[in-house]
Amino acid sequence: MKEIRRVLSVIVTNEDGVLSRISGLFAGRGYNIDSLTVAPVPETNLSRLTIVTCGNERVLEQIVKQLHKLIPTYKVIESGEFVEKEMALVKIPLNEDFNGLDAMLKAYNGTIANSGENFIVIMVADNAKRIDNFLKTVKRYNPIQIVRSGSVAMDI
Amino acid sequence: MDLNGSQMVIEALRRENVSVVFGYPGGAIMNVYDEIYKQNYFEHILTRHEQAAIHAADGYARASGKVGVAFVTSGPGFTNAVTGLATAYIDSVPMVVISGQVPISMIGTDAFQEIDAVGISRPCVKHNYLVKDAKDLPRVLKEAFYIASSGRPGPVHIDIPKDVTAQIAKFDYPQKITMQTYKPTYKGNSRQIKKVVDAIANSSRPILYIGGGAVNSGASELVREFAKFTGIPAVETLMARGVMGDSNPLLMGMVGMHGCYSANMAMSEADLMIALGSRFDDRVTGKLSEFAKHAKVVHVDIDPSSIGKIVDIDYPIVGDLKNVLSDMMPIAREKVKRAKYQSWRDLLKRYDEIHPLGYSDNKNNIKPQWVIQRVGETLGDKAIISTDVGQHQMWTAQFYPFSRPRQFITSGGLGTMGFGFPAAMGVKKAIPEKISINISGDGSILMNIQELMTAYESNIPVINIILNNGFLGMVRQWQTFFYDKRYASTDLSRAQPDFVKLAESFGGRGFRVETKKEFDEALKEAIKSNVVCMIDVNVDRLENVLPMVPAGGTLYNMMLEYKE
Repeated sequence: MKEIRRVLSVIVTNEDGVLSRISGLFAGRGYNIDSLTVAPVPETNLSRLTIVTCGNERVLEQIVKQLHKLIPTYKVIESGEFVEKEMALVKIPLNEDFNGLDAMLKAYNGTIANSGENFIVIMVADNAKRIDNFLKTVKRYNPIQIVRSGSVAMDI
Repeated sequence: MDLNGSQMVIEALRRENVSVVFGYPGGAIMNVYDEIYKQNYFEHILTRHEQAAIHAADGYARASGKVGVAFVTSGPGFTNAVTGLATAYIDSVPMVVISGQVPISMIGTDAFQEIDAVGISRPCVKHNYLVKDAKDLPRVLKEAFYIASSGRPGPVHIDIPKDVTAQIAKFDYPQKITMQTYKPTYKGNSRQIKKVVDAIANSSRPILYIGGGAVNSGASELVREFAKFTGIPAVETLMARGVMGDSNPLLMGMVGMHGCYSANMAMSEADLMIALGSRFDDRVTGKLSEFAKHAKVVHVDIDPSSIGKIVDIDYPIVGDLKNVLSDMMPIAREKVKRAKYQSWRDLLKRYDEIHPLGYSDNKNNIKPQWVIQRVGETLGDKAIISTDVGQHQMWTAQFYPFSRPRQFITSGGLGTMGFGFPAAMGVKKAIPEKISINISGDGSILMNIQELMTAYESNIPVINIILNNGFLGMVRQWQTFFYDKRYASTDLSRAQPDFVKLAESFGGRGFRVETKKEFDEALKEAIKSNVVCMIDVNVDRLENVLPMVPAGGTLYNMMLEYKE
């Protein structure tokens, strides 16, 4: 069976140890986590985990069922359309030639997030594939450091 | 009402109608034990090892269907309990296990007898809690009993730091409980149920593949009725022994690695497999690509994650088997014609006649299968049979005439040696009017032998029957078949205790048996003695469990006899 990438949005009770239940489930059953993001859902006692995972159809079905089986799991959203965004921060030395940087930031909806004596930090938020492309392109400015977030997703 | 954490535990157990608990005290759980000492609501049985406390609570739960309860202390007390939790989890046994923990301020400091208990128990329980404030305890205790016994049952572990057991808070025990995130599905989808009945009516070789879920659901009467009026033959997994009743003509016997020829052939040749609370364990299916090759598959299970995990399912139904069968029954009565499966039943009967389950008895020594048959003839329904794990377990499953569910108490999924004796103690506490027998081997019995002391002290007259072949027999059998008889670390005959003296030194009775006559006398005497007993039966050393589907082999390709 073919390996498929899937985004799961998991709503859980915001309580001690819930993240270890989920990461432990993935580790114990040999499932993959490509990325994982957690934050409280505003004005509730819930948290949202966005998990990017991959596997064949049977594995993905089991992942969803096993997640459901955990007592603190409220909901697993797996299908339908998602708006999916990742973020990347890139630190670039100031002595680089910034020719074309503006156009590139525009193309990726990026901004300059911060700057220091010797560097600037640029920030982009986009879907995973476009972040991949962006990070490839930004190499020409010899970045000092790249920090990439996991995905967040919203079903629409 | 204001109570301290320990009093809350006692009060919750009282309200949950707990009548007996098993456990072992220690530093971190002392406050709770102090309250156990003061109360009269339930009995506490002091085991001689924490693992045995959990197995005893497990045996209690399996025999009675009620939630088993056990107490252990922090650190090593808890780690000793882990095997018990894992055993109960994979066999879906409802239990609440409460462990002590170091005080909250010391958690994370590598304190004396500190271990991350919830971190360890997480993959071997249905749910667990670390209680950080006594005000949460009433809710946690209520949830624990509810979660353990609802949906697919399982053990729940509660870890309570020592300062929380002394902390005073308001005790407001919820009468009922609803959880936002946990709502098991009990009722099956009615459209799906109709489809299944149509599939049954259209099939010509249907088979009921009954698992432990039928026991947990309390559905065995319904299963029998359903099989009877539809005329569909049935096979039972290890965990389902007794559901159909041994004398039931529709029962083809146990299925799987050591299943009957007719049962395994029925599974292989069926055109519709109806899985009722079973989970397609590898010990049942054999090689998956050849499993149920000609069959459409129906799967009724309360745990959605069991469905489609191993085998693709054509008709999934999530729900409690009892409900699903009740809903299915009236529709099936209309549509399913018993006569349609006559030739199928005849065929399976013929299979059973060609290769019936059996063994060749002889005069020179005692065959282990004979011992089990003999216990069955002598005691039948008067006994509840626990086992350890190995050859004796399979022979018991094959040859004991189980007439009802919860009569056979065995560690199926985890295969825990040392389970039988403490479990049999729990059985006796749950159902005192029945004779509690543990059928064991000379390997397994030593894994919780210290429980002779518990059984003696607490007057629990378990009869341990040791089928002594001087081998770790099941491993030895594999070594014979698959490892050119290189008996690596399986010959136990060079060093054995004197089991008779051993039992006597703990205050029990011991019997050594070399002949059939001696066995009859020993069993009779053991039942009369009303004290913990060991019957050490010297059996044929090299007897094999047959038929056998070698691991990864196909169900229809059984090894029916072993030739040198």
